[in-house]
Amino acid sequence: MIDLIGREVVDVFLSNFWSIGAFYTLALVIVASGILVVLMKNIVHSVLWLAVCFIGMAGLFLTLDADFLAAVQVLVYAGAVCIMVVLGIMVIRRADMKFSNPFNTQVYAAAGVVALVLAVCTFLAVKTEWMVSRARVPENTVEPIATLLLSKYVVPFEVAAVLLLVALIGALLIAREVKTDANTGSQAD
Amino acid sequence: MGENIFLNIASWIRGLLDSIGVPLLASDIIMMIVKASAIIVFISLNVIWLVLMERKISAYIQCRIGPNRVGPKGTLQTVADVIKLMTKEFLIPRSADKVIYLLAPLVVFAPPTLAFAVVPWGDGMAAIDMGIGVFYLIAVTSLSTIIFWMGAWGSGNKYSLVGGMRVVAQMVSYELPLVLALLGVIMITGTLNMSEIVEAQKNVWFIFTQPLAFLIYFIAGVSEANRTPFDLVEAESEIIAGPYTEYSGMGYAMFMLTEYASVLVISIMCTIMFLGGWLAPFGWTFLPSWFWFFLKVYVMIFLFMWIRWTYPRIRVDQLMGFGWKVLVPLSLANIFVTGIGMYVYRSIGW
Repeated sequence: MIDLIGREVVDVFLSNFWSIGAFYTLALVIVASGILVVLMKNIVHSVLWLAVCFIGMAGLFLTLDADFLAAVQVLVYAGAVCIMVVLGIMVIRRADMKFSNPFNTQVYAAAGVVALVLAVCTFLAVKTEWMVSRARVPENTVEPIATLLLSKYVVPFEVAAVLLLVALIGALLIAREVKTDANTGSQAD
Repeated sequence: MGENIFLNIASWIRGLLDSIGVPLLASDIIMMIVKASAIIVFISLNVIWLVLMERKISAYIQCRIGPNRVGPKGTLQTVADVIKLMTKEFLIPRSADKVIYLLAPLVVFAPPTLAFAVVPWGDGMAAIDMGIGVFYLIAVTSLSTIIFWMGAWGSGNKYSLVGGMRVVAQMVSYELPLVLALLGVIMITGTLNMSEIVEAQKNVWFIFTQPLAFLIYFIAGVSEANRTPFDLVEAESEIIAGPYTEYSGMGYAMFMLTEYASVLVISIMCTIMFLGGWLAPFGWTFLPSWFWFFLKVYVMIFLFMWIRWTYPRIRVDQLMGFGWKVLVPLSLANIFVTGIGMYVYRSIGW
């Protein structure tokens, strides 16, 4: 039987242990699945690894108590972006998908670009003074995000909203146009 | 009567763990495992019951008797079916993409199961009372599209592939009105927490203030669960069984289980968002809150089955046209009217 103070120490230790463990596990999953997306010869397998990668990212957001962002990550990336790629695959006319994600031979050029990107990222990561906030995570994360979106970041938010609305109405218009074409008989294919 | 029976069980297990000195985190994990297994057992038992209910209702609608040999009045028919499915051989077609083919039935059950985590079964009876509950549920259930497609693609069969294309097209198109319909309710309540949404319906259920949203959600929900009249995904007369064509035994059973679990999820969401969740109508609180919840969910499920055995299947182009040209504009209009209506109500001081 552990006494109360001892128990609290154990709890703090365990929660640190688990969050660090979760971070490294998720990091491993994300990096490994990201590499597999590139290396898979079959583009169908690449898409599925991409979904794993996105879900791993959502897990990383969860370890930071950003539950809303995690849900957005799952909904938009794993749920929608992967499906878009799937739709793309479906309209490809190809009998065999085995070598649908081909490699080229530009090894040196690729290595140079990758090394440069890696160097810049490392440099910036070391140079930046990271702010570590000790503030408590709010119980409800949606409301602060909404307040920020509609005050400080209202212009980009509205631009994105208009863009999405235009895309939605455009989709409706395309869906309707086929019908009018069929009625008049012009360009109905 | 029995109002707190499940809460009491939960606090009893928690007390037991505390008394033997289990660390807080460990007892949290144990509680989560208990809740998760309770949810999985609940879904499995429900599916066994729902399959029987579906067969009995279809028989009633078609003037037949339905299953009546196994057990009293045929009540053990699905149990026999489950045993049959479990003992059947699991075949892997030669042209299948083996890993994807095997993985699909393993993971297909995960999204609906995850969705149940935030459902408030009664007053204060959610496994996790999450602040973003509704959004979490939408996010998690959106994952099932790609899993159905995995099964369809992995089978290496052209009927499966046609079914897979239909799954992707249909679920993507109908997810949009499904989510937009819920926005009306979320605008009125100003919260994504399911318990708070239920509490907000104390005076009037949202089916009366948001009737259009309810209708859109219900229709899109039937489509998301791939049931008649929107069951083009597995249209037996055209493409055998769609994505499930090559699956046998437990592989097929997992897809069946998922279909009924999604019906359950959609019915539960209808109940929470529009039918007042666990709240008792007319102040009839002599029955426990979870009883009212299940009663409403089963009324919704009955509606699903009624529609399935009453209407014929619609055509693919009609399906897409209806989704994009009718449901999406209507749900956008609903959001617009709700926004204006809220300000009108506020200005006349309701």
